[in-house]
Amino acid sequence: MYPFDYPLDPAYILQKKRSLKRTLLQKDGLIEKKVAIMSGSTIGEIKNILELFLLENGIKPTFFEGSYGLFYENLVFDDGSLKAFAPDIIYIHTSVRNIKLWPEIGDDAQQIDAKLNAEFARFEQAIQAALSFGCQVICNNFDLPVYRVMGNREGVNSHGRVRFVRRLNEKMANFAENTLNFYLNDLAYLQAIYGMDQFSSQTAWYAYKYAVSIDCIPYLCQSVANIIKSLLGKNKKALALDLDNTLWGGIIGDDGVEGIVLGNETPTGMAYTEFQSYLKELSKLGILLNVCSKNEENIALTGFDRADSVLKRDDFLCFKANWEPKSQNIAAMAKEINILPDSFVFMDDNPAEREIVRQELPGVTIPELTAPEAYIAAIDRSGYFEVTTLSEDDKKRASMYKQNLERAQLEQTFGDYNDYLKSLAMKCEIGHFDMPHAERITQLINKTNQFNLTTRRYTAAEVESLIEHPDYITLFGRLTDKFGDNGLVTALIGHIQGDVLHIDLWIMSCRTFKRRLEHAMFDQLVACAAKAGIQKIVGHYYPTAKNLLVRDFYATIGFEQVAEDEQGNLTFEFTGFADYAPQCGVMEIEIV
Amino acid sequence: MDKQSIFEAVQEIFRDNFDDETLEITRETCAEDIEDWDSLEQINLLTAMEKKFNLKFKLDDVRGLENVGDLLDLIERLTA
Repeated sequence: MYPFDYPLDPAYILQKKRSLKRTLLQKDGLIEKKVAIMSGSTIGEIKNILELFLLENGIKPTFFEGSYGLFYENLVFDDGSLKAFAPDIIYIHTSVRNIKLWPEIGDDAQQIDAKLNAEFARFEQAIQAALSFGCQVICNNFDLPVYRVMGNREGVNSHGRVRFVRRLNEKMANFAENTLNFYLNDLAYLQAIYGMDQFSSQTAWYAYKYAVSIDCIPYLCQSVANIIKSLLGKNKKALALDLDNTLWGGIIGDDGVEGIVLGNETPTGMAYTEFQSYLKELSKLGILLNVCSKNEENIALTGFDRADSVLKRDDFLCFKANWEPKSQNIAAMAKEINILPDSFVFMDDNPAEREIVRQELPGVTIPELTAPEAYIAAIDRSGYFEVTTLSEDDKKRASMYKQNLERAQLEQTFGDYNDYLKSLAMKCEIGHFDMPHAERITQLINKTNQFNLTTRRYTAAEVESLIEHPDYITLFGRLTDKFGDNGLVTALIGHIQGDVLHIDLWIMSCRTFKRRLEHAMFDQLVACAAKAGIQKIVGHYYPTAKNLLVRDFYATIGFEQVAEDEQGNLTFEFTGFADYAPQCGVMEIEIV
Repeated sequence: MDKQSIFEAVQEIFRDNFDDETLEITRETCAEDIEDWDSLEQINLLTAMEKKFNLKFKLDDVRGLENVGDLLDLIERLTA
């Protein structure tokens, strides 16, 4: 079994870390990131294990290790070494062991509040200092103290340490909710999942100054790595779900719609019903639900007509109930939705089906499923869909993909593709980067893989620094059509050198491929460049495992290829300003 | 558990932890002899041994462990 899939095997990961690392380093397309770990307690093994979890997610970290216990000093009074390291991510590994000012019996309410505010201010200051490096910052909240002098009252009386920690955590949550680029790692929740006595061992603290027991370090690192991979756009996007014994108990083809186990009358039925509710909640976050089942479609559909089925046909994007191999069905869905098979999590109670998909589509993530009461945990504990930012677009994503499938159906009724495009009544808003759009632009930059000419990633701070920068031309595009709003789906960054414009980045979401939106963007880029006195536009294509699609893109819009190196990097030039004729012509353009 | 089985299990842990299938330990093997055996790795070795032998070391148990012989003696004492 694969040690990083649910259920995690911490002992194996700790013991085999060297050989695991060797294997993981052989993965293709690793992206390099600089991660600084600041210490509130020992971080040695945390670094080693975090490295494994990041590699597992396609991220190759180089680390900066803060001095033992000096997270505050290292951040607030950086001696220049952290700045020189230029981190992409700072992880501040603090815990309840770092709280210095505790309330004491005899303190009045004001004194306790003053201590609370002073403690919070110290962490806030360290986090603000970390943010000033222009990177993403992750900090733990506080685990609960391992003893309670007053017993239960410790959580009630304002002198109690349990109460104090909970109040502090509330302040940290408020701070994180209102601070861009700052994310909380929920140490308190991890401690609750794995149990205080196991998670916060006194021996590990006294003997090695580890705030988290050694054998729980993999859980901690998984949690931190999930935040990081989510920030870098490496979340999963879709679920492919089996039906019989996965979404309900029993075999609908044999047992009939009334015979399947679902609903709150039986213990097993409750488990399936709550699992369906969990999936429904996920879909509200924009996770795409799809059916992948060996069944007759008309019979399979009746399962969702049951009054006690939380999920309905409408909650699914693709519905593949047939007798084709599941690997083929998943590959077909990926193609229809226009995402990569890597973006799928496949859930099936049948180990043989899991194994076939694992062999045929190695990019698909496949948790082990044992019994229905453990299905939720199989997704939830793995963090496949870790939310770091929740944009309006995320919430609408499922409906946007659904509109896309409707468009595809419409397309089939037109003989001429241009007629079809015109029938969509598309409207495109194009503008320069600005603050209201910066968050979505950063998200798009960091998760777009296919239509991405250079696969350069930008932090939020970097994107913000480009706004109204005189040496840059930036463009974003939003596309609406008669089926709905696709949202902000494309962005472009060019830097000006003399009379030459170099395109550093050009990306477009896969949901708007083949709509001539890229041509609309280029039309606008040519207009902006001409206005800025540009004589030549230079475009680059850097190949990755995922962007073959756009290898020849520049050549199709009027560029000439001028160079190719041994890595397959291509350079193109465009000089055709004088006789440029706009290339889009199928949508209404509004410059904002 | 007899001395030989304890030795073999400990040898296996060392091989796993240091990712070296050919590693041969003796009672005299110490941190000086294995490049990656630092204080951090010492903790991992002890954690792996706790798991393997179903033990919980006390603070006093893990002090002054100088070489493999000390580790073997400790495990023998606690599993006796």
